[in-house]
Amino acid sequence: MSTAPATRKPNDYKSDLKPIWCPGCGDFGVLASLYRAFAQMNLDPVNTVVVSGIGCSSRLPGFVSTYGVHTLHGRALPVAMGVKLANPELTVVAVGGDGDGFAIGAGHFPHAARRNVDITYLVMDNEIYGLTKGQVSPTSLTDQKAPSTPWGNLETPLNTLGFAIASGATFVARGASFNTKTLTELIVQAVEHKGFSYIDAMSPCVMFNNHQEEWKELVTDVAPDHDSADKVAAFDLALKGGFKLGILYRELRPTLGDKYDALLERTPDSDAAAMLDAFSARKGVAIGKPVA
Amino acid sequence: MSVRQMEGARAVAETVAACRPQVVCAYPITPQTHIVEGLGALVKTGTLAPCEFVNVESEFAAMSVAIGASAAGARAYTATASQGLLFMTEALYNASGMGLPIVMTVANRAIGAPINIWNDHSDAMSQRDSGWIQLYAETNQEAMDLHPQAFRLAEELSVPVMVCMDGFVLTHAFEALEVPDQAAVDAFLPPFEPRQVLDPDAPLTIGAMVGPEAFTEVRYLAFHRQREALTRIPEIAGEFRAAFGRDSGGLLHTYRCEDATTVVLAMGSVLGTLKDAVDGLRDDGERIGVVGLTSFRPFPMDAVREALGAAERVIVLERAFSVGVGGIVSANVHMALAGLDQRYHTVIAGLGGRAITGRSLRAMLLDAIGGRLDPLVFLDLDRGLVDRELERVRGHRRSGPAAENILRDLGIVAGGPHR
Repeated sequence: MSTAPATRKPNDYKSDLKPIWCPGCGDFGVLASLYRAFAQMNLDPVNTVVVSGIGCSSRLPGFVSTYGVHTLHGRALPVAMGVKLANPELTVVAVGGDGDGFAIGAGHFPHAARRNVDITYLVMDNEIYGLTKGQVSPTSLTDQKAPSTPWGNLETPLNTLGFAIASGATFVARGASFNTKTLTELIVQAVEHKGFSYIDAMSPCVMFNNHQEEWKELVTDVAPDHDSADKVAAFDLALKGGFKLGILYRELRPTLGDKYDALLERTPDSDAAAMLDAFSARKGVAIGKPVA
Repeated sequence: MSVRQMEGARAVAETVAACRPQVVCAYPITPQTHIVEGLGALVKTGTLAPCEFVNVESEFAAMSVAIGASAAGARAYTATASQGLLFMTEALYNASGMGLPIVMTVANRAIGAPINIWNDHSDAMSQRDSGWIQLYAETNQEAMDLHPQAFRLAEELSVPVMVCMDGFVLTHAFEALEVPDQAAVDAFLPPFEPRQVLDPDAPLTIGAMVGPEAFTEVRYLAFHRQREALTRIPEIAGEFRAAFGRDSGGLLHTYRCEDATTVVLAMGSVLGTLKDAVDGLRDDGERIGVVGLTSFRPFPMDAVREALGAAERVIVLERAFSVGVGGIVSANVHMALAGLDQRYHTVIAGLGGRAITGRSLRAMLLDAIGGRLDPLVFLDLDRGLVDRELERVRGHRRSGPAAENILRDLGIVAGGPHR
């Protein structure tokens, strides 16, 4: 196929479109980590697809030189699943924001997770709708004041890490835009993981919800003795919240693709014509035959 | 009443607040967002009370919350645009089918793909058969004034009403506007007296399944209610004029149509530019006039025939089109003019925010008067850009996405596949 270089540099994954995010946006850090992770894995751009929904962070596929699909608001995951199931050879990464993934598109998340489709979902979580200028999102804090909630947010934020584990995601991790080293490593592990991998990348919105300095103070790494195969321990970590960077949960379970392959192997080749003949003989009619 | 310099979206928010909605549900989408943010602020200050402001997780949820609220007897309001309106579609039919008098502002915006945040009428046009009444505002003042009228109409007839206003052109424009006085709105708009309500003292179910035995009849009643609206819309506009001293709403209005041999029909904010262009042509001695259509659903067949029937030449200028056919408003106008011997033109203009300039309109109208205008025209279409893409399509099987190709052709960098 392509006569690609043996090794690629992060810059090789840059498209000729410059990011149009606000100066200082966390999404720059996530994008840089993605370039580095792709380079580290030496992914072939023509066999890699980045899929997004709508929002600031969903502009990301345009900035990457791999294939990209900018879909509808909330629909990154089903499109990514379609791409992967149609062509399992492709590396598929869905990206987007917390509003896109956990409000309007939330219905797709548990199903992608429980099906264990072999894709990676990288959410740039800024706890706000940035593109529409700062309304509260499903991950916004209770009592948070925003243009749509001048009295303070009445709702409880969604625990996306707990949601992911409960839904059956087989790789659940948290990274941060301002810690690109860890985030790069997490993206590599998530993409190499066989199954549905979810990364919550804290990515502050410097314009409408700037928690950058606060978050930098709060983050610590997941303890080295945390057993990521222990679902209860992972849940415990997720529910305690806080700002633990690293892999919370990892499990190897057959992917939906694996199961399809297994199904095909144990299902004998069926002959549609023979089945029609048998049916026709039984009913005394000729189905699917030209009229004599 | 006082005239203030304010943004169209904010002015609509204040007018909606004066209509005392009891439930407002909102999901952010450009260019509507300022309207519901304005309402949020008014709820916070206590200016709008009692009112529940619900931040929902999608437009589908926004309309569903409005349906629940309206069924429970509350005056319910929401606003959206573009993709948001399309995402609501299933719930829109539900609301109108059940006869729930919800009022919604649509800040008209194009539909993707290609994604585009700017103004045209593709969003509302896609819902023309949804059973909602659709009123199109020419100015911000009219957009404001249509809301008390919309609530009156909706609640009298038990039918939902969409007030359509051009995104950005109106929603984001600052100008001197007069927010209707609260006492005057209270006098104009009585408290909501639902025709059907979920009341624990008289339990009932809304949303029965209806089979072939009566589905036609229930749907016919929806048609009947919109026919009634044809009578009530001008009457309510008349009452509004009496109470507030402004001509806003109605089925349509005519401009310099007396003795006109050429008449242009359009909807929304383009009417301002169009009237300027027509003034210029009148100065040059051309007999030309304008019809501004406010009520697209119900479609005022008789009023349109009366306004356009005497013209020799009719031009329908519209900001949306039906792919594979051409004009949408135009097709409806054509029905109203059936059997008349007229020259007939459809002009598609202003898609995805392309400016409709006075100069382009003047040139187009002169072409029409001179007999040089085609029956279907895409105003200011860059034919070269289209032809070059068609050439690429002919040249390669895998010519790639048209939108990206065209951006590259224009010298605007586009993201795209690895090369």
